[in-house]
Amino acid sequence: MSNKTTIIAEKGKQELFIEREFDAPRELVFQAFNEPELLLQWLGPNDYSMQIEKLDNRTHGSYRFLHTDCNNAGTCFGFNGVIHEVSEPERIIRTFEFEGLPERGHVSLEFLTMIELPFNRTKLHIQSIFKSVADRDGLVESGMEHGMNEGFAKLDNIFAQAKTT
Amino acid sequence: MKKDIFQAIADPTRRALLGLIALQAMTPNAMAEHFDTSRQAVSKHIRVLQECELIRPEQSGREIYYHFNAERMKEVADWLAPFQQLWEDRFSRLDTVLINLKKKKNVK
Repeated sequence: MSNKTTIIAEKGKQELFIEREFDAPRELVFQAFNEPELLLQWLGPNDYSMQIEKLDNRTHGSYRFLHTDCNNAGTCFGFNGVIHEVSEPERIIRTFEFEGLPERGHVSLEFLTMIELPFNRTKLHIQSIFKSVADRDGLVESGMEHGMNEGFAKLDNIFAQAKTT
Repeated sequence: MKKDIFQAIADPTRRALLGLIALQAMTPNAMAEHFDTSRQAVSKHIRVLQECELIRPEQSGREIYYHFNAERMKEVADWLAPFQQLWEDRFSRLDTVLINLKKKKNVK
């Protein structure tokens, strides 16, 4: 059984929380966030190919990632941020900015905490704090179109079946 | 006549447009910059989205900014569910990465 992902985004607040446990020791979870070749294997959304332009994951470092939509050739989105603090293997504090916006400055602050659990397990806790409630809601809502894809594949099937009967 | 909302979001370009506007209101020119298609094609998509009230225009000076109408989207989707799904997919890929790492290092 896979571990449960908990997302908390209380109405009217500028922050959100993401929590998940992993069946691996903390050093390995940290490594999966730290090494570009490992990050590439899991971070990019479905249907997007991901490139890492820069990942200098240490205190006062920075990063820049590109996501290219495989269904819409040429649609490419950049993300970047600076890294405030890296305390291996337990904590990363960094900023996050989506570059697709016409106006700059909509930056959020992310705290990633890796907590050691018994039996070589690890709990990952992410807290993101946004400039405004609208910024936070916008990020959550931007995920809607990803989630819709699967839903629509199901609808297509229903329509196809309805046609043949 | 109001367009069918499902038909409107069945198109991948229109979904990409919604994802973009959800983050911040934009002018048609700003939207068009993100797509390989012509400005006219983007305008057509905007019209379809507007007709089913998924986006609404607001005049600001000389420019028209399109805003995402989250309320309308909520009628067809649970607000947090797709964002949750995005992270669940990510983390299940991370599980696989970790299994491989453990094998390499012989961690129980």
